Amino acid sequence: MEAGVTAGSTAVALDDATVAFRLADARVYTAVEQVRLSVEHGEFVAIVGPTGCGKSTLLNVAAGLLRPSSGTVRIFDSPLAGLNREAGYLFQADALFPWKTAIDNVAIGLEVSGLARAQALERAQAWLTSVGLAAFGNRYPHMLSGGQRKRVGLAQVLIRDPKILLMDEPFGPLDAQTRQIMGNLLLQLWSADRKAVLFVTHDLEEAIALADRVVIMSAGPHARIIGDWRVPLSRPRDISEVRMEEDFHALHREIWSVLKDEVMKGYAQSSQAPVEAA
Amino acid sequence: MSRGGLLLFQLLVALVFFGLWQLLATVPIFGHTVLPPFFFSTPVNVFNRILKWLIEGTIWRHLLVTLVESVLAFVIGSLSGALIGFWFARQQTVAAIFDPYVKMMNALPRVVLAPIFALWLGLGIWSKVALGITLVFFVVFFNVYQGVKEASTTLLDNARMLGMSERQLLRHVYWPSALSWMFSSLHTSVGFAVVGAVVGEYLGSAAGLGYLIQQAEGVFDVAGVFAGMIVLAMFVVAIDLLVTKVENRLLVWRPNAGEGTA
Repeated sequence: MEAGVTAGSTAVALDDATVAFRLADARVYTAVEQVRLSVEHGEFVAIVGPTGCGKSTLLNVAAGLLRPSSGTVRIFDSPLAGLNREAGYLFQADALFPWKTAIDNVAIGLEVSGLARAQALERAQAWLTSVGLAAFGNRYPHMLSGGQRKRVGLAQVLIRDPKILLMDEPFGPLDAQTRQIMGNLLLQLWSADRKAVLFVTHDLEEAIALADRVVIMSAGPHARIIGDWRVPLSRPRDISEVRMEEDFHALHREIWSVLKDEVMKGYAQSSQAPVEAA
Repeated sequence: MSRGGLLLFQLLVALVFFGLWQLLATVPIFGHTVLPPFFFSTPVNVFNRILKWLIEGTIWRHLLVTLVESVLAFVIGSLSGALIGFWFARQQTVAAIFDPYVKMMNALPRVVLAPIFALWLGLGIWSKVALGITLVFFVVFFNVYQGVKEASTTLLDNARMLGMSERQLLRHVYWPSALSWMFSSLHTSVGFAVVGAVVGEYLGSAAGLGYLIQQAEGVFDVAGVFAGMIVLAMFVVAIDLLVTKVENRLLVWRPNAGEGTA
């Protein structure tokens, strides 16, 4: 793990972060335990783990939507209090405002920050163009396909130019082809200014194809980080072509040998009664 | 089925219904009239009555009175329901304190309030408006309350991450969410406004469709009662069409907004 790099360059640093929830029956459910994770400025980190391992919990902690029960969160070397103002968050579920058109959805982040509506709309149109939806600005979310909605979501987050990008299985519900297209679009947009990215997925191939580093979590509860690999593939990458490379396969085999057991554990747990460990 | 075909069958239903009615009320079967005209009148008489009202112009005054009462009840009831529903949803303590009373008021059959309102507000339009308000208020209140409370957490998280302040959350998330619930109950609340007006008129007034029906009933004028009912039904259908139009405009962002009429 990359501790102690030059001051100011670490975008997100979780130190011994533990998140526990109090359940309705007063028992305590520890989702993640003593997680130590850092994302450098300009670095693309993917977190992979079995279902229910608390990946989303970690993102919520980094976003400031959730306070860790213990441990610290530092954003560009200052402790995080309240919401993380440096971060943009692309949610797993549809989070577009259904009563706003695509262009209004993209513009809203600028509008609430006080920019005049005309200017906000102008820049929103530019962002819609860069995600390939120039002609779809006046559509409401329900008139768009799942992939198109994700593009609007991406534009909605990126228009505010956050220094950190948090993504929670953003392409999860999409079909395989659309996922690849979205992956390439993401890499293309990201390469323009290289934000720090924390990308959560359950898909190991997607993680390796996109990221600079792949972090593996154990099955929850008490999920921990059990592995951290650097991806040796060169950039710029094409998601569908990078999968053919020998380095890709070697890394995939290596990580999968670790991940496989956790996936089986996670599967066994999620098919049993909810909370065993208290 | 095509639009024209559907309309044809719909007309056919009315034709068969009124035809049977006319037949059974005028032609004796085995020396016995199934629908004695004294109790059931005949469609011809009923339509003649409506025609007479329209030609003499007496009906317009009554329609206008009922319309004004319904509109006032709807507007005041919806506004107060929306505001208070919104307030309760944002202030859980207030909601908890008033909860048993809200439930009690809502459980009360509103018809029993009509005499009180007549006593307080007289026999003019305001006692009917008040009755309509008590009906509309709760429909809108519960829907807005629900709408604000069930605003999606993902949406709220997203709005916060996009930099919205609490005030902006109200405007961009809570309020549209509440309005969408309110509009989904538009047909019910408009219907209740009309019910309040007509029932109020029926129980004591000097004008309105309810008054017209009540007067006819008092003198065993069955044709008058049915004529009043048919005018009332037409009135409600016309208002419902208008509501559907308004709804389709306001809820364009909803999937299938153009199809829902229920």
